[in-house]
Amino acid sequence: MTEPALTALALSLKVALWATGIDLVLGVAVGYLLARVRFPGRELLDALLTLPMVMPPTVLGYYLLVVIGRNGPLGAWLHDSFGINLIFTWQAAVIAAAVVAFPLVLKGARSAFETVDAQLEQAARVLGVSEVGVFLRVTLPLAWRGVLAGTLLAFARTMGEFGATLMVAGSIPGKTQTLSIAVYEAVQAGQDDTANLLVLVTSVTCVLVLVVASRLAPRRVVLA
Amino acid sequence: MTIAVDIAATLRSGARTFELRTRFTAAGQRVVIYGASGAGKSQMLKAIAGLMRPHAGRIELGGRVLFDADAGIDISPQRRRVGYLFQDYALFPHLNVRQNIGFGLQRGWRNPPRRGDDAAVGYWLEAFGLEAVAHQLPEQLSGGQRQRVALARALVAEPDALLLDEPFAALDPALRVRMRQELDALQRRLDIPMLLITHDPDDAATFGGQILTMADGAIVDERFTGSGTWTSQTNEW
Repeated sequence: MTEPALTALALSLKVALWATGIDLVLGVAVGYLLARVRFPGRELLDALLTLPMVMPPTVLGYYLLVVIGRNGPLGAWLHDSFGINLIFTWQAAVIAAAVVAFPLVLKGARSAFETVDAQLEQAARVLGVSEVGVFLRVTLPLAWRGVLAGTLLAFARTMGEFGATLMVAGSIPGKTQTLSIAVYEAVQAGQDDTANLLVLVTSVTCVLVLVVASRLAPRRVVLA
Repeated sequence: MTIAVDIAATLRSGARTFELRTRFTAAGQRVVIYGASGAGKSQMLKAIAGLMRPHAGRIELGGRVLFDADAGIDISPQRRRVGYLFQDYALFPHLNVRQNIGFGLQRGWRNPPRRGDDAAVGYWLEAFGLEAVAHQLPEQLSGGQRQRVALARALVAEPDALLLDEPFAALDPALRVRMRQELDALQRRLDIPMLLITHDPDDAATFGGQILTMADGAIVDERFTGSGTWTSQTNEW
């Protein structure tokens, strides 16, 4: 009973870490862009990237199928050029989780960067420090708490991701069956012991992440 | 040291637009730009430092062309070699006094060490009596100490000129008088060109030198004076 549970937990952690890592890199880049650069369509971009937070995960999963499925533009290109098929793989689960949780990192990063006084960055420039140096020595040290808090929330969200993942990655035990999907399958099959264990493991993990996130988050940074 | 500025810029804040048409040449070691808030002084100073880009014109500092719209020259703020004292000092809140002063001396992607032993930083810590607070954060300092840290940070890299944006506005009146005297003595000792902008006629009178009066984005009056003899000619603010 415990071995499938551990397999599902390991898979969930793998998917969550990959998805959160991708979200962190993209979220910091886009969050900085939205906070510091004025361009037409800025708020429209922000709204578009926030959509995954309000859309039903199944709708999102359907959109992903349309894009990365064998007949979708990205899926067809990947298949024809590299022979890669994403659907029903753990990588598809990573993509689904990353898209669903992205707004959490983006919102956290954007508001964290917006609280950094732009004049401090100007002061650093006049002192001769390069643009990369300004970001690494002034902007990021003053914003990292907000960025990290958003990232931890995203991690918790990806651990619990169900709908979109099921649509694009399916439920293949040992391959794409993550914790939250395994819970569903166990309940469906009447395996209450397995379900109890899975639920306990998931709950403890999510509570731990949330506690850490709330300790890191400065009060002025609004996360959602 | 000669500062030659001839710039045009259109500034937008909300729905309001403001035309900056500033032209002056200053040759002395002490230059004061005096004018009411909203006259465009700060933006003009930012243009000299490379923090605001005019749409036309030319800026020259000590024979170096920093900006020339026609020739396509726009030296980055990193390479203009000017010191800049921000109105509220813009000290890095996450770095201690020593790290703030040594910030520009340390190149690359890392901040200076918390307990460094850089000789130039040590010199300024001693010169400004900041040794006792070297390991404190800016939020733990008094107003006068903050200004000294900001001055040391701007001066430690030996810039070609020091630009000061309302250096005394954030201080209470008693401290203001003392810091004016400190700046006066500092300029005499270092013999570094200083360009100071202020809305306070007392600042202009105390600091002396070449005093340019600015209104609505343009220089409207220019006079030279020894320290303490100038009085404001325009009283509409």
